Amino acid sequence: MASLVRSWIPLLILQSFLVAVAFGSKEAEQFSEALLLKPLPDRKVLAHFHFENRAPPSNSHGRHHHLFPKAISQLVQKFRVKEMELSFTQGRWNHEHWGGFDPLSSMNAKPVGVELWAVFDVPQSQVDTSWKNLTHALSGLFCASINFLESSTSYAAPTWGFGTNSDKLRYGSLPREAVCTENLTPWLKLLPCRDKDGISALMNRPSVYRGFYHSQRLHLSTVESGQEGLGSGIVLEQTLTVVLQPETTSVETNMQPSWSLSSLFGRKVVGSCVLAKSSNVYLQLEGRLGHESKNVDTEIEAHKLWKNADFDLSLKPDRVLRESSGLLFIFDIDKSSDSEPFDLGLNWKLPSKWSCQQAPLQASRFLMGSGNERGAIAILLKATESQEKLPGRELTDGRCTIKANIFQIFPWYIKVYYHTLQIFVDQQQKTDSEVLKKINVSPSTDKVSSGMLEMMLELPCEVKSAAISIEYDKGFLHIDEYPPDANQGFDIPSALISFPSHHASLDFQEELSKSPLLSSFKEKSLVRSYTEVLLVPLTTPDFSMPYNVITITCTIFALYFGSLLNVLRRRIGEEERFLKSQAGKKTGGVKQLLLRLTAKIRGRPIEAPSSESPAAESSFLSTKLIFKIILIAGAAAAWQYFSTDK
Amino acid sequence: MATEKRNKEEEEVKTDDGSPKIKPRPIVQLGIFLVAHSPVFSVVFSAAGVLALLILPLLAKNTYISENALMPGSARSMLSNRDVSDGSKLVKDIKNYRLNHEGQGVEVQKLVGKYMSEMVAEVYYQKFHPEGNQFHPLHFFSGPDSYTLLDNVSCASYGVNVAGIIRAPRGDGKESIVLVTPYDFINGGDYEALSLGITSTLFSLLARVTWLSKDIIWLVADSRYGDYRPVAAWLSEYHSPSFKVSDLLKCGERNTADNFRRAGTVAAALVLKVDGRSERFEDTLSIYAEASNGQMPNLDLINVVNYLAVHRQGFYVKVEKVVSLLSSSWLKIIGEIFEAVGKLAHTLNPDWNFGIPVADYLEGSATLASSLYSQALGIPTGPHGAFRDNQVDAITLKVSPRFPPDSKTRQHDFFLRGARLLEGTIRSVNNLLEKFHQSFFLYLLTSPSKFISVGVYMIAFALLVAPLPMVAASLYIEGCKALTKSTDNPTENLKSWKWLDAAKQVFALHLFGFIVTLLPYFICQVPGQHSPSNRSIMWGTTSSSLLLITFAAIPGCSPFTSRHHGTHWAVLKSVTISAAFIGLCLMSIINFATAEIGALLLVPTCLMAQPIKPALRSRRIKSMLGAFCSMVLLTIGFPVMFFAISKGLFGEGLVGLSLGGEFWTWLESLWAWKSATYLYIGMVHLPCWLLCLCILFHPS
Repeated sequence: MASLVRSWIPLLILQSFLVAVAFGSKEAEQFSEALLLKPLPDRKVLAHFHFENRAPPSNSHGRHHHLFPKAISQLVQKFRVKEMELSFTQGRWNHEHWGGFDPLSSMNAKPVGVELWAVFDVPQSQVDTSWKNLTHALSGLFCASINFLESSTSYAAPTWGFGTNSDKLRYGSLPREAVCTENLTPWLKLLPCRDKDGISALMNRPSVYRGFYHSQRLHLSTVESGQEGLGSGIVLEQTLTVVLQPETTSVETNMQPSWSLSSLFGRKVVGSCVLAKSSNVYLQLEGRLGHESKNVDTEIEAHKLWKNADFDLSLKPDRVLRESSGLLFIFDIDKSSDSEPFDLGLNWKLPSKWSCQQAPLQASRFLMGSGNERGAIAILLKATESQEKLPGRELTDGRCTIKANIFQIFPWYIKVYYHTLQIFVDQQQKTDSEVLKKINVSPSTDKVSSGMLEMMLELPCEVKSAAISIEYDKGFLHIDEYPPDANQGFDIPSALISFPSHHASLDFQEELSKSPLLSSFKEKSLVRSYTEVLLVPLTTPDFSMPYNVITITCTIFALYFGSLLNVLRRRIGEEERFLKSQAGKKTGGVKQLLLRLTAKIRGRPIEAPSSESPAAESSFLSTKLIFKIILIAGAAAAWQYFSTDK
Repeated sequence: MATEKRNKEEEEVKTDDGSPKIKPRPIVQLGIFLVAHSPVFSVVFSAAGVLALLILPLLAKNTYISENALMPGSARSMLSNRDVSDGSKLVKDIKNYRLNHEGQGVEVQKLVGKYMSEMVAEVYYQKFHPEGNQFHPLHFFSGPDSYTLLDNVSCASYGVNVAGIIRAPRGDGKESIVLVTPYDFINGGDYEALSLGITSTLFSLLARVTWLSKDIIWLVADSRYGDYRPVAAWLSEYHSPSFKVSDLLKCGERNTADNFRRAGTVAAALVLKVDGRSERFEDTLSIYAEASNGQMPNLDLINVVNYLAVHRQGFYVKVEKVVSLLSSSWLKIIGEIFEAVGKLAHTLNPDWNFGIPVADYLEGSATLASSLYSQALGIPTGPHGAFRDNQVDAITLKVSPRFPPDSKTRQHDFFLRGARLLEGTIRSVNNLLEKFHQSFFLYLLTSPSKFISVGVYMIAFALLVAPLPMVAASLYIEGCKALTKSTDNPTENLKSWKWLDAAKQVFALHLFGFIVTLLPYFICQVPGQHSPSNRSIMWGTTSSSLLLITFAAIPGCSPFTSRHHGTHWAVLKSVTISAAFIGLCLMSIINFATAEIGALLLVPTCLMAQPIKPALRSRRIKSMLGAFCSMVLLTIGFPVMFFAISKGLFGEGLVGLSLGGEFWTWLESLWAWKSATYLYIGMVHLPCWLLCLCILFHPS
């Protein structure tokens, strides 16, 4: 028996190994890393790190992963997450200078703080529970207060305004969350090489957080295998977008600053992550259309592309791709080593100017009114210069229109009067039926749920500006809902403006390698932009007030009950009788004694007390009182004088 | 207070009826005692009130930075010579431009805008209409939202503000700090341009610093139509824009509506002005803080500026003061007495250090008087008032350099120090994580570094008004007694209704006061151009005819009716004093300084008022003197008279025949600024003054 078992074991091991090899060869877990660098028109540089981790569908739950982070796969399995995105952002995306109509900005321009949305694959009744559990799990995983999104007052269930049509979608954001390196570290832990090797080694914390904009994003989606009995695969996409200001020595203001990877990050790439299937660095230059017409097949022409009168690159690109609005240089970093680190540099020789493609309408949001009572939220949409050139115009009833979706969450303490919604197009007030195509409102319930507004506007193409205003009242919070210290105010999360008929994608003329970054750029993504976070100062009560109230109430109670009891208890008839009976006798013992004494000395009988006028009596009393007060004051002064005069 | 008074009365009545004497409880006893000796106590309390006001400069405390997060001066200034040269270049360019192109304000605006955009700021231009506020009685207390859009705007006159925004690099854009430099683009002098230089120096620095957490807005207000109006127009566009089409936009070449940009909730604002040459050896910095209706910014804002200006940049900081008080001999004598008392106290106990030198006392009193006056007037002392109307803490800084405007070498140093002061202040405000809340909002300044908090200065007012209820109670009792004696009719003897006749009269006169308050609105509606004197005459005649109608229509109102119709003067005076007391107390909540000055005038007048006829008849010196005093007080108490006297006191020269016109202009300014003082004069002071007049000529 024992020998039988002994002979079986190697066989089993061999078999399982063969099975693993077979699966691996079919579809293994894949990891790829990429870095996109892009000079921006306002003399800054954008760096976009992109890591993709794919886990193929499998049928076993306790599966061991080679590359894919176990934490995430457990998360997906436990909460049946179909799709999820979590982003941590610091700083504001500058739509004007950094672009608003490319896949990069529409996917990576995120609202300040934390934003989380997730689609679940559970029955409708369990979606909220799953969401709450997910927030707690993520909170622990990323060292952030994502668990505050658990409260039903902080999340919403958008139906169509968010862009993803699903009734199992939940969306929430925390504008006040401070993003810090402690959020980045757990995010890096999900990468197979962490920040020890490969492109992620560039993430020097001081230089990353010195940037003007910093957004780390985690997007995961499950891929249905379609096969019976097989689970679903997971695609985990991790991106970090930073906008950095290269240090310059030149004083010339219109000259673009030259930079290199080591000057931007203070580090160099010394080789790719060995676990990565592909690791590339891309450099995107916008507005380089002048070269497009020329034939770049020859070696010299290609050379001219990266070493010309305008600029030169420190390294020779492996490939050059042309796309509708610029050039894309591709570098493979596999060749780099310790002795020859990969340090890409861009050196500008001539002043150069270009502009980014912008979304059809630029959105800004602000609060109207001042004071503690009422106000209004206004969203202003302004036409950008590039509006005419953009595709995506629609003809409805013979009119050219632009569609814009507005999705906005109102916290419950902002009591919005939805009937006050006013829409102005080109400074003319429009009725709802003229411009409003669809609207979905879910009002807030005090302390229970937040309000939500989804609107689809249909604006004429030649629109210059559109304004939407909606009035609100400020609610009162419960005493323990206030922050413990004086606060600057409460936040209204960013509104999301998306353009359902506009899609951004990079359009490469050549067929590409299967780089995940480029294929994600090639996909059509919805053009969206987030507005600013607003600050609403609420009435802050004076928290020493309870103390004052207690003292005042106690005083009033004492006075009231004292006098009431006095009135109830007193028997005026009895008192009068008592007084009359007392009037016969003398009252004060000492006084009587004194009177008797004086009477004896004088040899006269005791006099009946003469009735004095009340005023005289009181004045007599008062002189005595004043005398006493003076005596005490004098004693106090003397004591003070002698006690301190040492 | 009222229940206590009633208690006293009941107690008193009981003894009148001859019921057995019960020893009352101490508090009641005290009440009776006070009421019985009200003349003595009223004199004592009023004197104590005035005295408390006079010793306020002694009680002033040194200011301190209350909010720890502000940390003024803890960071090293990052200003470099490059920034200063940017500022100097702008000033030079403006000067050159103005020399070459006379009267082309638009180009100067463009120049400023160009400089701003070179510093990577978002620049925009805002057109506004210089139309001032219109008086409308219904809009009196409404907020700044009530600017009515004028339908037919003429393009002939409009101003253009230039504003630039620097976005905080890593900030979330929820809050902003506003810097305002009023500048007249057409007639602005050389000194005014220096304020642009300082701010431009600072702006150049702020454009490249990384510590900003709040956005910075630099507003160059077009002060062609006054300092206040452009700032108010900008703020109204910032907080309550109209999305409707405005005619103003069609004026001029630039379309401005779409470009207006915002930067979150305004946390604080600083207005910088440079004017005139300093009389002292150092550069002088004057701080103006009073906004409309005596509202003050948080004291911490003043503290930060004062601390940085004195301890870091070596400015001589001052606040406005009444100069004529500095040389007044009576105040000097009082100061000497206080100094002597202070010295005496110091010899008794070395810890008693409340005495201050005469010079300090004079300075403090002059500043205090100015502080009280500015708050009482209710008119903002600078463009910062517009911010306060939007619940934003703001102050105006007026800097006077010690050099002539064309001195290049000094200018560099001046820019450096001015910009460093602003940088420090902005850095402090930038540190704040919450609203200004830590320090005082209710205070009076006696010097830039000394203040009197509300707890101290309201003692003076409380002492002043304290005799009013006492005297009212005592007079009521007296009047009731007199009435009971005079009438035998039991129906008229209902005790509790004796004040009704008097109350009717008081109410009628208050109603009259209310109508008089509203009259200017209708007089303004009278078509045709009228001089202020004419308007004041119109107002005077309508008011006096109304008064006559009131007297005729309501019997027993007039002092000229027969004796039987009228009420007893003591009851009338009692109700008058009660009305004055209520009015003053209400006013002290709205604007304390107005109530304080009003009480100084009204309390002695009300207390001294008594019928003149019996006094003349009696021919006793004491009563004659009393009558004379009350007549003098009444003369001073007449608003026009007091206006003339205060004008003389403030050294603006005695006014002549145009007094009515000037008074009208003054009142017009009051209501244009929505000052509650105007309401106080019309609805409390004037009726009470008339009632005192009625008492004076009472036929008893």
